[in-house]
Amino acid sequence: MNIKKFVVGCFDDEAVLFPAVKKVRKAGYKIHDVYTPFPVHGLDAAMGLRETRLHTAGFIYGLSGTCTALGFISWVLTKDWVLNYGGKPHFALAAWIPIIFELTVLFSAVGMTLTFCYLCQIAPFVKRHHFHKRATDDLFVMVIECTSKTNVQETENFLKNAGALEVNTQLAETGWWLGRYDLDRKLFESKTETITA
Amino acid sequence: MIKQQFETPTGYKKWTYGFLAVGLAAFIAGVMFLALSKEEHDHTRFWAVLLQNSLFFLFTCNACMFFICANTLGHSAWQTTFRRVPEAISALVPVFSVITLVIFIAIIMGGQTHIYHWIDKKAVANDKILTWKSGFLNPTFFFVWTIITMFVWSYTGAKMRKLSREADDEQMATEQARKYIWVNTVWSGIFIVFFALTVGSTIPWLWLMSIDAHWYSTMYSWYTFGSTFVSGLALIALFIIFLKNHNYLEYTTAEHLQDVGKYIFAFSIFWTYLWFAQFMLIWYGNIPEETIYFKIRFQGPYESIFWINFCVNFIAPILILMTRGSKRNYAIMTFMAVALVLGHWLDFYQMVMPGTLGEHYSLGWFEWGTLALFIGITMHFTGKALSKSPLMPKYHPYIKESVMHHT
Repeated sequence: MNIKKFVVGCFDDEAVLFPAVKKVRKAGYKIHDVYTPFPVHGLDAAMGLRETRLHTAGFIYGLSGTCTALGFISWVLTKDWVLNYGGKPHFALAAWIPIIFELTVLFSAVGMTLTFCYLCQIAPFVKRHHFHKRATDDLFVMVIECTSKTNVQETENFLKNAGALEVNTQLAETGWWLGRYDLDRKLFESKTETITA
Repeated sequence: MIKQQFETPTGYKKWTYGFLAVGLAAFIAGVMFLALSKEEHDHTRFWAVLLQNSLFFLFTCNACMFFICANTLGHSAWQTTFRRVPEAISALVPVFSVITLVIFIAIIMGGQTHIYHWIDKKAVANDKILTWKSGFLNPTFFFVWTIITMFVWSYTGAKMRKLSREADDEQMATEQARKYIWVNTVWSGIFIVFFALTVGSTIPWLWLMSIDAHWYSTMYSWYTFGSTFVSGLALIALFIIFLKNHNYLEYTTAEHLQDVGKYIFAFSIFWTYLWFAQFMLIWYGNIPEETIYFKIRFQGPYESIFWINFCVNFIAPILILMTRGSKRNYAIMTFMAVALVLGHWLDFYQMVMPGTLGEHYSLGWFEWGTLALFIGITMHFTGKALSKSPLMPKYHPYIKESVMHHT
């Protein structure tokens, strides 16, 4: 278990969130993540996230799909089980291209999905901590990770000054765990999340 | 300071006149040595090369208007900052329509039966397939449909350009802006529907596929469209980069260029997909009257051109334009755009030549000279059209969204 302390600030406006993210970074706080109900253009750049390398993985998966299909079909049809289809050459590359293409797409799609799930640490039956339930609805939730030197009170005030509507501190598991949320109450030493309708 | 009004730089003018001079010299030499030569073979070469170039550039310029209309129909705003560039290129459609029409008249009235076999009445009467096709492939239908097509392309294109210039004058109120977008949508719709009836189906059958009069393929038109759309997009990218390098188009950023690059990348694959679908079905079916088309191209004298075509138009864009950085890099985009325009020009070459000149083809002074002539014409008229109006429709309702465009 890897439980850490987080300061959570909620915003209801992108126009407030962006300057707040910039200020927080400038002040030297470590942003764990910003949870938004929808993809926000430019937020990744504002947070200073590096570009994902998922597409490189996708290219390699695709290439392995191409090689698998080409290798397997050519082995079957020219070595293992040679058949004569309407007088076509045994190495009938043109006829195989659709299948090679399909396998390329399949490998890269499945591979990228699994890699994405691994990178984000999401999977069926696997639970992750929600910092705020309304992050999936109408709030932008900025989460700052506390280090041993962080002054929690100061951080909370900083977020409030930056325009956060609601600020609290949570102890949370950073990774994932198996099971149900209601059985994991013990995971959090103090319950601080308040839901306002 | 924002430079809104394009003024043709002297370097551009020099290149334009250089291309035009080389092209005209080649053309005059072509008239003397090929068109007036005693050999029938030379006449065919002369007209086939002119046909290839005029059709390639006409389709390419028209594809730029397709780009604007398709994006307008999709209510996409990102094209707004640079839409004067495709507009300027599409202003060449009337010019190339006239040139093409003159070439058609010379070919059909002049009885160039090596180019269009179906204009030979005697041959058609003794040929079951051609007789059967004569309802479609006859000079009357050819000219009527060609003139209608050229007129509607030119007219709807001019209408779209006129609508675009309306956004230069003054700020629009909400209701007015809504109406403006609606009128734009309607005219783009008209253009796209007519585009489907012409470039999407009948026109490439009539103008290009009828060179191989016995052969037919329903995918041919889409394949031609793919070829010309990629070259049209490449031209747009070239002009954007050119204008950016001369400090124009301030609001067109790497984000816009990357999206044009994505279009080029995607439609290069689209072109290959259609090309391959056509090829594979014929290869698999293995019916002699269909395979004849590929025999000469794939295994005959055009084999090298075939492989250059494949490498330049498919392998190069898929590998080079795949990454984000390369689509934002001016040097790589310029290189790829030039390569693709030439590659698809070569694609048109292998559409026209095997059916006309057969194995006696040559890629010599006249071919490259005519290409220079058409490049010169394109540069001259595009430069003129660009300097006619501001480079950005300032009060277009979508302009803000386009300036903020982010990929």
